[in-house]
Amino acid sequence: MAEFTLQNVSKSYGDQVALENVSMTIPDGSFVVLLGPTGAGKTTTLRMVSGLDKPDSGSVLINGVDVASQSPSQRNVAMVFQQYSLYPHLSVRDNLAFPLKSPMLKTPPDDIIRIVDKVAETLQISHKLDNKATELSGGEMQRVSIGRALVRNPQIYLMDEPLSSLDAKLRTDLRVELKRIQESLGATMLYVTHDQIEAMTMATHVGVLDHGKLVQFGTPREIYENPVSIYAASRLGIPKINIVPADMFPGAPSGAKSIGLRPEHIAIGEGAEGFVTRVEYLGDQTRLHLSVGPNDIITLADPHSTFRKGDKISISPKQNPIFFDASGARMN
Amino acid sequence: MSGFSVTEPSKRQKWFAGILVITYAMVTLMPLLWIIATGFKSPEDAISYPPKVIFEPSLEGYVNLFTTRTRVTTSMEETLLPPETWYDEIARDSGTVISGPTRYGQRFTNSVIIGFGSTFFSIFFGTLAAYAFSRFRVPIKEDLLFFILSTRMMPPIAVAIPIFLMFRQLGLNDTHLGMILLYTAVNLSLSVWLLKGFIDEIPLEYEEAALIDGYTRFQAFYKVVLPQAATGIASTAIFCLIFAWNEYAFAVLLTSGSAQTAPPFIPTIIGVGGQDWPAVAAGATIFLIPVMIFTILLRKHLLRGITFGAVRK
Repeated sequence: MAEFTLQNVSKSYGDQVALENVSMTIPDGSFVVLLGPTGAGKTTTLRMVSGLDKPDSGSVLINGVDVASQSPSQRNVAMVFQQYSLYPHLSVRDNLAFPLKSPMLKTPPDDIIRIVDKVAETLQISHKLDNKATELSGGEMQRVSIGRALVRNPQIYLMDEPLSSLDAKLRTDLRVELKRIQESLGATMLYVTHDQIEAMTMATHVGVLDHGKLVQFGTPREIYENPVSIYAASRLGIPKINIVPADMFPGAPSGAKSIGLRPEHIAIGEGAEGFVTRVEYLGDQTRLHLSVGPNDIITLADPHSTFRKGDKISISPKQNPIFFDASGARMN
Repeated sequence: MSGFSVTEPSKRQKWFAGILVITYAMVTLMPLLWIIATGFKSPEDAISYPPKVIFEPSLEGYVNLFTTRTRVTTSMEETLLPPETWYDEIARDSGTVISGPTRYGQRFTNSVIIGFGSTFFSIFFGTLAAYAFSRFRVPIKEDLLFFILSTRMMPPIAVAIPIFLMFRQLGLNDTHLGMILLYTAVNLSLSVWLLKGFIDEIPLEYEEAALIDGYTRFQAFYKVVLPQAATGIASTAIFCLIFAWNEYAFAVLLTSGSAQTAPPFIPTIIGVGGQDWPAVAAGATIFLIPVMIFTILLRKHLLRGITFGAVRK
C-alpha cells in the first residue's frame, strides 16, 4: 500500500474542463471518498491516479515519486469501473482470475483457485463462477467487477460507484464487508459514490468536488460540521441542510446572505413562525416539512410528537448557525 | 432499437416468405447445380440440345481433367494390354489412352497457397492497421483511410500493366510470393475497413480493464480485443479468400506457369477434338470446394452475434 498525491492536476477533454488545479493527498491506509454530482470530476480523478489518463498539467506521485511515465500496471492499481467492464468472452471465474494470471502477478494456479473462491464467497457469487460474464444480472456483474479488484493486493483500490446497482440489503452487507477488508488489509482506497451513507460510514477522508475543483477535503465530520460553502454543506446529510435567508433569525453578521441549518439543529418552540406542510413518520424519528414564509424547511421532531399537517409552529436555531455570504462561501 | 414493432408473422406471411426464399435459392443455385451436373455428363450429353436434365452419369470429365490422353485406332487398341485401373478403362472407352497427368493439381495447389496465404496476410496486417485506426490518434487519419479505400476504386486491369512491369523488374512475375503480395495489397483496403468497423464496436473499457489488471497494451489487444473481434475477423477472412480465390484478371496477366492459379487454367482445358465441357465443369466443381469448406468452418463465428451486456451503457 502507498500514499498517493495529486499536485495541481488539471485535465480537459476537448473544451470540457474535467479537473482544475486539484491537489490532494491520499494517505497510506486511508479510505477517501469523492463526492460531487455527475461531471464534478470524480471519475477523472480516478483515471489520473490509475494512469489510464495523463494530466494536462500537474503531477501524480506515489510515495513521493512522480509516476507520470508509469502505466497502470506499473503503478499497481486495482480499479472497479462504473461500467463493470467484465470480459464478455470469459467465464466469471476467468474474469476474477484475469488479474492474477497477468504477467505482472503470475500467480501459481493453486493460489488462483484459492483466492478466486474466497473472493467469490465474500461477494456471494460462488454459484455463478462458471457462468459467462454476459449471463449475469447487473448486480452480479457489479460484484464480479469488485471481485476482480479484490483478488489483488495493489498499491491502491480505485472504486467508481461500486455498489450502485445492488439492492439495499446486499449494498449494506458489502459496504460493511468492503470497509472490513480495507481495514484488515490496511488498504488505501479511493472511492466514488453518490450515496451519503457510504461516504459517512466508510470514509476516513472526504473530498468534495465541484466542476473539476476540489472545494474541501477533510474527515466526514469536518465536512459535515464545518463545510466551507453551501455546496460542500449540501453534499452530506439526509435530509439535506436547510438554506434560509440570513434575516430569518436575529444575529446574522453583516454581509451574510443565508444561514445553513441542519434539520437536527432546529429547536421547536419559539422564533420564526410557520406551519407544518407534511409529516413523515420513520419510526426512529419524525420529519417535519415546514413552510416558514416563502421558505421550505425540513426538521426532525420527537418520534412521538403529535404534529399534524397544518399545525402552527415556531422554530429557532439550536446552536450557533452557519452563515454564508452572497457567493455561498462560509463566513464564520 | 425503438421505432420497430415486432409482431409474430401470420401463417400466410410465413408461407409467402418461405416460397420467396426457396424461389430465390433455386435461382441462385441453378448455375451451381448445372456446373456440378455437367461435370458428370459425357461430352456428347454436355452439349446436347435441348439440354439433358436426366442423363447417365459418367466420370469421364474428371478423368479428362486430371489426365492427358492420346487417341488410338481400334487396331492399335487391340495390341494394348487390358486397362489396369478404372480411369484407364474410362479413357479406353472413348478411344484414348492416358499418356500422363495434367497440371490441374498443381494449379489447384497454387490457388490454395496464394488464396490462403494472401488471406492470412490481409487479416494479419488488416487487424493491426484497423486496431491502430480505431484506437490511436493517427495524424491525417481520415485521409489515410480514404486513400486505403481508393486503391479499390479502379478496375484491376487499369493497374495491371504497371504492376506487370514492376513485377518484371523485381522478378516477381509468375511467383507465389508476387501473387500473395498483390492479393494482400488489394484485399487490405477491404480488411482494414471491415475490421475497423468491428473493432470500433468493441468498447474501450475492456482494454482499460486489462491495462489495470496488469497487462500491457499489446497483451490487452491480444487477450481481450482479438477474441471479441473473432466474428469480424472470420467474416473478413471469408471475403478476402473469396476475392483471392476467384481473381482472374491479374492471374491471367501475371502468371503463366509455375504460379498460375486455377481460374485462368480451367478455361484452357481442351479435350481431344474441341472444348471439353465436362472437364471444365469438373474443374470448376472441385475449385468450389475449398471456399465452401472454409465458409462452413467459420459459419459459427458469422452467426454468433456481437457481444452485449458486460459493459453498462
